[in-house]
Amino acid sequence: MISRLRQSVPAYLFLLPWLIGVLGLTIGPMLLSLYYSFTDYALLNTPEWTGLHNYTALFQDSRYLHSLRVTFIYVGVSVPLEMAFALAVAVLLNRGLKGLAVYRALYYVPSLLGGSVAIALLWQQIFGSDGLLNDVLGIFGIHGRGWISEPGTALWTLILLRVWQFGAPMVIFLAGLRQIPDEVLEAAEVDGAGRWQRFWRVTLPLLSPVVFFNLVLQIIGAFQAFTPAFVISGGKGGPSDSTLFYTLYLYQQAFGNFRMGYAAAMAWVLLLIIAVFTGLNFVLGRTWVFYGDEGVRR
Amino acid sequence: MRRVLAHAGLTAGALIMLYPLLWMISASLRPNNEIFDRPGLIPEHPTLGNYALGWSSTGTSFGIYIMNSLIICAAVVIGNVLTCSLTAYAFARLTFVGRKTLFALMLATIMLPAHVTLIAQYSIFRKLNWIDTFWPMIVPSFLATDAFFVFLMVQFIRSIPVELDDAARIDGCGAWGIYRRIILPLLSPALVTTAIFSFIWTWNNFFSQLIYLSTRTRLTVPVALRGFLDATGSSEWGALFAMSVVTLVPVVVVFVIFQRRILAGMAHTGLK
Repeated sequence: MISRLRQSVPAYLFLLPWLIGVLGLTIGPMLLSLYYSFTDYALLNTPEWTGLHNYTALFQDSRYLHSLRVTFIYVGVSVPLEMAFALAVAVLLNRGLKGLAVYRALYYVPSLLGGSVAIALLWQQIFGSDGLLNDVLGIFGIHGRGWISEPGTALWTLILLRVWQFGAPMVIFLAGLRQIPDEVLEAAEVDGAGRWQRFWRVTLPLLSPVVFFNLVLQIIGAFQAFTPAFVISGGKGGPSDSTLFYTLYLYQQAFGNFRMGYAAAMAWVLLLIIAVFTGLNFVLGRTWVFYGDEGVRR
Repeated sequence: MRRVLAHAGLTAGALIMLYPLLWMISASLRPNNEIFDRPGLIPEHPTLGNYALGWSSTGTSFGIYIMNSLIICAAVVIGNVLTCSLTAYAFARLTFVGRKTLFALMLATIMLPAHVTLIAQYSIFRKLNWIDTFWPMIVPSFLATDAFFVFLMVQFIRSIPVELDDAARIDGCGAWGIYRRIILPLLSPALVTTAIFSFIWTWNNFFSQLIYLSTRTRLTVPVALRGFLDATGSSEWGALFAMSVVTLVPVVVVFVIFQRRILAGMAHTGLK
């Protein structure tokens, strides 16, 4: 045992920065924020133990419950749409067309820039009442509205902004599609399978591990979306809280009202929600993810 | 015929998707009264006036914000390349007590939402007097906290033949020598990928720069841009678009140069 420990010394020297980081910036702060979540803490005072009060207060806070609803709609609508676009365009691109690299790069550009403040500001202009979209609609004689200033449509502009960034999952789909051997598809064709049948019965099952991987990543990412909602609504989550994302409400509580304990409780609930969804994905994944072929295993 | 249709569809799709970006560039080159009600792309009276105006209109030169962003980006790139490669080497090649557990822990931190450490990190950094400094953005990268990159490098190192390590060991190299002379040079594609993504993500990272920075001369590009209209106290949309274009240019340049590597890196790891 002693000699095994001695053998471990060099490795731990290599791991030293990471160990300090994982203890001091990840596990430590996680536990500390768990503690804060049971206290009344406003940054300047010493935290005061209040038991489960923050958690019970959360579920009586109508703005909090509203932010949950907004976030669920955002994740539930934008992720499937984004995935569908990514898959459809990837399949279209994978048919041996010339200029694949150019299209792939062009479609990827929105993913590259989409998370930036500059694009959120551009979105604010495009969907404003005298913005670009209404100018274009005006050419066709359609009288548009203030897409961002009306509670009925504001969230949808954010959903569109996410779907616009389908290039990132598309690139991953393309890589997955390339690993499907041509012979398999040709064999299906010889057996009389049409284009649709080949897609549903051969391509999609063989691609399912990649679909699954994308889905897990996108859901985790979408739950944490912040920048576009913050910038477009001026940090308020308006109009009428219609873009009050979970993370935006957390930010308001922590850095607007300095309710650090309350925000810490929100963060822990968010962790639980994401963990549940990821776990659910893995459980449901067993019914539709196909790991049969070595060729497509990641 | 089918091919022509496919190309037409794909080109039209790309055009629609990129139209907002092209329009923004065009709008940045027009006088303010020409921006609205003009969905076309060709400016009637092209001018660079918006760029000159935007550069100085927040009261602090935009060059300062760019400098601040570049300082943070450079530090994060160095930190990630250095410490993530050290960590990855240990996980991929060295044997030690607790290796499996620590590796699982490292993987778990990839999926961890940042918010769950946010509040406590903020209060720790505040006690260290790091609020309104660059340290909260820089220090974590020197402690290999971005486990995504560690994982990327572990995968890469595993594809390097172990025989090379053995040969170096026979020649008298210790763990450090093998890391320094064998692994690090061969790892350079993964290091470049890490550097590129570290730069792009840090350049675009809004949240931590928003909560930690407040003094005007210490602001970074995203934070300054978001406060642009408040700072100028007017709706200088032309100037705003000009500065937006300026902030996007570095990312686009990096993308154009390293396009292949970025897309390959994405495809391998699902990095976003």
